[in-house]
Amino acid sequence: MEVKQGAQAIAHSVKKCKPDVCSMYPITPSTELPEEIAQLVADGELDATIIRVESEFSAISGCVGASAAGSRAYTATSSQGLALMTEVLFAASGMRLPIVINVVNRALSAPINIWNDQQDSISQRDNGWLQIYCESNQEAVDTTIQSFKIAEDEDVLLPIMCCTDGYILSHTYEPVELPDEEEVQEFLPEYDPDHAYLDPENPMTQGPFAYPKPYAALRKDLSDAVNGSKEIVKRVHDEFAEKFGRSYGNGLIEEYKNDKDTALVSMGSICGTIKSTLDNRNDAGLMRIRCYRPFPEEEIKKALEGKDQVIVLEKNVSMGHGSGALYNEIKSILPRSTTVHDIVVGLGGTDIAEEDINNMIDSLSNKENGVKRWLLEKGGKLQKNRGEK
Amino acid sequence: MEDDLFASGHRACAGCGSALALRHLTKAAGKNSVFTIATGCMEVVSTQYPTTAWGVPLIHTTFENAASVAAGIKEALNQQGKEDTNVIALAGDGGMVDIGFRALSGSLERGHDVLYVCYDNGAYMNTGVQKSGATPFGASTTTTPAGKQSHGKSEWQKNVPFIALMHGVNYVATASIADLDDFKKKVKKALEVEGPKYIHVHCPCPIGWGFDTSETIDQGRKAVESGAWVLYEIEDGNFSISYKPSERIPVKDYLSGQKRFKHLDEDDVETIQDHVDRNWEELKKLEGLDLDLLKLL
Ligand SMILES: Cc1ncc(C[n+]2csc(CCOP(=O)(O)OP(=O)(O)O)c2C)c(N)n1
Ligand SMILES: [Mg+2]
Repeated sequence: MEVKQGAQAIAHSVKKCKPDVCSMYPITPSTELPEEIAQLVADGELDATIIRVESEFSAISGCVGASAAGSRAYTATSSQGLALMTEVLFAASGMRLPIVINVVNRALSAPINIWNDQQDSISQRDNGWLQIYCESNQEAVDTTIQSFKIAEDEDVLLPIMCCTDGYILSHTYEPVELPDEEEVQEFLPEYDPDHAYLDPENPMTQGPFAYPKPYAALRKDLSDAVNGSKEIVKRVHDEFAEKFGRSYGNGLIEEYKNDKDTALVSMGSICGTIKSTLDNRNDAGLMRIRCYRPFPEEEIKKALEGKDQVIVLEKNVSMGHGSGALYNEIKSILPRSTTVHDIVVGLGGTDIAEEDINNMIDSLSNKENGVKRWLLEKGGKLQKNRGEK
Repeated sequence: MEDDLFASGHRACAGCGSALALRHLTKAAGKNSVFTIATGCMEVVSTQYPTTAWGVPLIHTTFENAASVAAGIKEALNQQGKEDTNVIALAGDGGMVDIGFRALSGSLERGHDVLYVCYDNGAYMNTGVQKSGATPFGASTTTTPAGKQSHGKSEWQKNVPFIALMHGVNYVATASIADLDDFKKKVKKALEVEGPKYIHVHCPCPIGWGFDTSETIDQGRKAVESGAWVLYEIEDGNFSISYKPSERIPVKDYLSGQKRFKHLDEDDVETIQDHVDRNWEELKKLEGLDLDLLKLL
């Protein structure tokens, strides 16, 4: 065990994965990643080429070039940086390039705000990238390694975001176990693609122009691939658990005291607070979503089967719904007999305390109809959407 | 045709100057090359899934990132020990000098061993002839249309070869499809230079400029003979004009063959002639001074 700052710990995890090309641009709160990786290269501890690009647009574009040329490509970003990458993110998944991004989650402008919520990566949920959300720094370290293996699996070949909450995890010192480098090498074979690489001996064209019929078919292929990757996310998680002795639920979701009539549903570091709250009561459990893309529909349905009340806590807003994106997805797969509530929490770094979670469970768990609420500050009153009676 | 690496059968319009440039660019670069191309006419006409006109590896990603994708490719190939493979970033004038300008500037500054080629057909042709930063003064485009209150585009082109140079680039050249030997020679020379290099090739477009498809080379030649397009090289900061017409033809002879300029009045033509004369004289002075422009950095 070593006590390390979250971002530093993740950087050391990246190092053990031996990326060939790191194409990076700083933004708070993921800045420590390009800095730490630059230091590792400067000290001769990591033999990677760093491209110190002039923007996140080029950071991800450099990853596309490197990945398409057959190398292991990596970057890290947050918030505005991820938003700036958007166009290329779609292209990267469309070309089936297994790039890994550590997303250090942060709020999006306006107003500009550097603190944590998950609006940045949730807003990228439809772009064909896999997304895993971590609860702790240890999980971030482990999931970074798993991410390369999942992405590069020949039944996946998709890019992936390993998401960790900004500041709450990235800047917090926690004891972490850094896996042994040789063991990581055994776990993660070299990337040696045969589906896409830019080789003059075997010329191929990538990223072509397609008319409607082949376009539609290729998009469905992509969707099938994203859905199909669920099994590999699970398998890689299990293999990791076997080798390194740490696991996170079943790799897709994690259930905690989930044998009550009420279940809370959430993602990321807030689940730690939820768990300790639940330790002091016996009327509610938690289902944490770890793998958000692909969406583990069957597993979620099973975990929430027969619940009276489901309370979704999420750090994002799907504007126009008066709620978060996750709520809409959860609601769409549950039977009408389950009442689903949504609480938008933690926007722009607002704190949430155990007392808030207790208050939510107390005030919502006997409501007949689902409600949408907002917690705008620690200890605050739950707010309704304007116009709701 | 056998050794064409940009093969016929693509869907470029008859008389497309840009397609001609690509055919000769790929030929000059040779098989041991990897290309990345920005969105634009050339990408769209040459990569219709599941076919491709390309006999060399090609990747297209977006409109504005050819230069940074090229950087990623180059660094990855270097890591793999394939330093000898040429990496070439291709973009139209829009993809290079407008929306892709940030990526170009960043990549040039970082010094990747990449050849950047802008095929300049003077507007956003793929989307229907909208103005770009490389559209010449006075040209009527769909976003700078001539009309009662307008004589077409009211700004001069931005000088991207010189801007590229000022990143500390050791080889910068302009070229034209009217002189393919000169173009190919420059491509080969550029690829011998280590580090970033930039070539800007003038490619007349019959549809966008409004001339007969049989006149492409002729239009390109008139641009060069009038001095509206000057062929030059800047090697290690040393400027030299590649071709000096014995007597420059009036720019009017170049403008009058194209619909995009047909609204220009005498005054407009004179303004353009003055500009071309001035540019020509200044470039000649620059050549005579035997300066190392890179010392300005
Ligand atoms: C971000 C973005 N904005 C706009 C477009 C639409 N678009 C595609 S190609 C193009 C113009 C291309 O112009 P240029 O680079 O000069 O190449 P040409 O088509 O003239 O060969 C435009 C505007 C796009 N594909 N992406
Ligand atoms: Mg153009």
